[in-house]
Amino acid sequence: MPRVEKKGTAAKLGKTPTGIHGLDEITGGGLPQGRPTLICGGAGSGKTMLAMTFLEYGARQYNESGVFFSFEETENELATNFASLGYDLTDLIESKKIVVDFVAIERSEIEETGEYDLEGLFIRLGTAIDEIGAKRVVLDTIEALFAGLKDTGILRAELRRLFHWLKARGVTTVITGERGDNTLTRHGLEEYVSDCVILLDHRVSNELATRRLRIIKYRGSSHGNNEYPFNVDEFGISLLPLTSMGLTHKADMERVSSGIQELDNMISGKGYFRGSSILVTGMAGTGKSSVGAHFINAGCERGERCLYFDTEESPGQIIRNMRSIGIDLEKWVKKGLLEFVAARASMRSLEEHLLVLQRKADAFKPSLIVVDAITDFSTMGTGLAVKWMTTRMVDFFKSRGITGIFNSLVTGADIEDSGIGVSSTMDVWMHLVNVTGDLERNRIMYIIKVRGMAHSNQVREFLITNDGVKLMQVYTGPSGALMGSARLAQEAAEKRSALDRKLAMATKQKELLRKRTVLEAQIAGLRAELEGQEAESQRIGEDENEREREIARDKKEMAVKRHVGRTGAAK
Amino acid sequence: MATMKKEKKGVQGDEPHEMWQLRLYVAGQTPKSIAAFANLKDICEQHLKGIYEIEVIDLLENPKLAKGDQIFAIPTLVRKLPQPIRRIIGDLSNKERVLVGLNLYPLEK
Repeated sequence: MPRVEKKGTAAKLGKTPTGIHGLDEITGGGLPQGRPTLICGGAGSGKTMLAMTFLEYGARQYNESGVFFSFEETENELATNFASLGYDLTDLIESKKIVVDFVAIERSEIEETGEYDLEGLFIRLGTAIDEIGAKRVVLDTIEALFAGLKDTGILRAELRRLFHWLKARGVTTVITGERGDNTLTRHGLEEYVSDCVILLDHRVSNELATRRLRIIKYRGSSHGNNEYPFNVDEFGISLLPLTSMGLTHKADMERVSSGIQELDNMISGKGYFRGSSILVTGMAGTGKSSVGAHFINAGCERGERCLYFDTEESPGQIIRNMRSIGIDLEKWVKKGLLEFVAARASMRSLEEHLLVLQRKADAFKPSLIVVDAITDFSTMGTGLAVKWMTTRMVDFFKSRGITGIFNSLVTGADIEDSGIGVSSTMDVWMHLVNVTGDLERNRIMYIIKVRGMAHSNQVREFLITNDGVKLMQVYTGPSGALMGSARLAQEAAEKRSALDRKLAMATKQKELLRKRTVLEAQIAGLRAELEGQEAESQRIGEDENEREREIARDKKEMAVKRHVGRTGAAK
Repeated sequence: MATMKKEKKGVQGDEPHEMWQLRLYVAGQTPKSIAAFANLKDICEQHLKGIYEIEVIDLLENPKLAKGDQIFAIPTLVRKLPQPIRRIIGDLSNKERVLVGLNLYPLEK
């Protein structure tokens, strides 16, 4: 308990930054200040490089001068070797930022005759440290002493004294050591250096060499425990921490068009979220690249910078091919809005690819990147390595707010395979399929997921036309979904039958009209007959009246004649 | 012990050997340093009488000289002449090894 209380008042362990990208991240600030750190690893694992980088960066970035004690290479050899990494050692030596001392230990030249100590080395080191006020010291590799001296009893005692002495001097020391068969170092240096131990490894798997770094021990500090791939190139050493990357990217609400109107419509009408990662899976020849090209084209039209990271074709080939579908990428290249990074996957290790991409992205600052295709990398490493690399890429893009399209080639039928296990890190996943039927292949496309927005569940026919990609509604007729020429045939048939119906209708209408005319004629006839009858019946009526009137007149005349009317007349 | 002590003895008799130039590096007057000088003196008197020259360098006073002769152990005896340069580390208490180291054995025979 009192220890816990004490902890609050105790000075926190100081750290000396290495300046190595990624290493300071996983060590929480650098190597333990004023203490020795052991870097061990096999031949060619990059021990000397890491140690020299520690001094170089220290001198250039942190204004801390350093002493390099080399037991293997001469000053000139070191200067030449590190010139290829862009380190100007000669300049640093001349400006008193770095002292390089080559300690030659040639066993054949040395005869041991009784008691001795390594005070000479101490004096040399002390002189060098005082000469430039060094804060950093490298001993590379002190194990050479074991090869040069027979009396290991003396040597071990002297090494112990040396590390105590270095600690007392307050210099941050890096000691390198060759890895032993079952031990970290061949001669058990880890016994003396207990503050921080870093193990380097250069493994070859699938004919591909990858350098890895692991912190075995860091007394008094938390640190990343994993193996981290690191890379050495003309820009120096970079470590690629994966797990150190927290999920803290900000989520952008802005939307960016996919460049395909129908596709935008399928995802809430406006396109992807800016900064999202889009996975486009599909078999060979399903049009993955054209999705990317559309996206870039739309981006460049908005005046945004785009990067095409390509592992399959040369930039010229892509430009030519995309021109055939009506997308002119060349003009964007000329305007400086589009750049290509083209390299076969097998040209570099996964880490180098990632670094090249990161450097390019940091220099060019694109807002959109198309990676075509991530599956090419699976020839380069294990599934896990490729998955990590893609995850790193996604994290990197997100940390820079870059919207990324990742094309992935599917070979099997199982689409879950196609995401090379990275689909969970992706925000959008669309899948392109070739469907074979009726002696033809047709492309269809559907969206498997879109994070954070509504999207169409429809399967669309994916047409690559002279005028770019078109997403057609798949025709669903009585006999199921139809595509390609079947759809066209069905559409034609429908048109024809519609025409037929129209014709039939017209004929029927004519027929009806004719019938109507006939009926109307009949009606007219009947009406005429009726009129005739009515006329006759009227005439009959009139005749009857006439007759009655005649009868009456006759009666009158008759009465007159019979003088019946005399009486009457008398009246 | 003097820091830059030089001892010269004339060439003896009829053997016209070239001069032996020996340098003994020490760091202060430690028992090992004193023993080394005494042992060296003995050997030289025995085997190189008159043709040797010993230079004692105290690195505590001239630390920069350590680099030139590739000194890391103390004491170190360096045979500058005759060529090639040879180095013998330790207090020179093992006489046999010193003679082997200085390549003086053949001379004896």
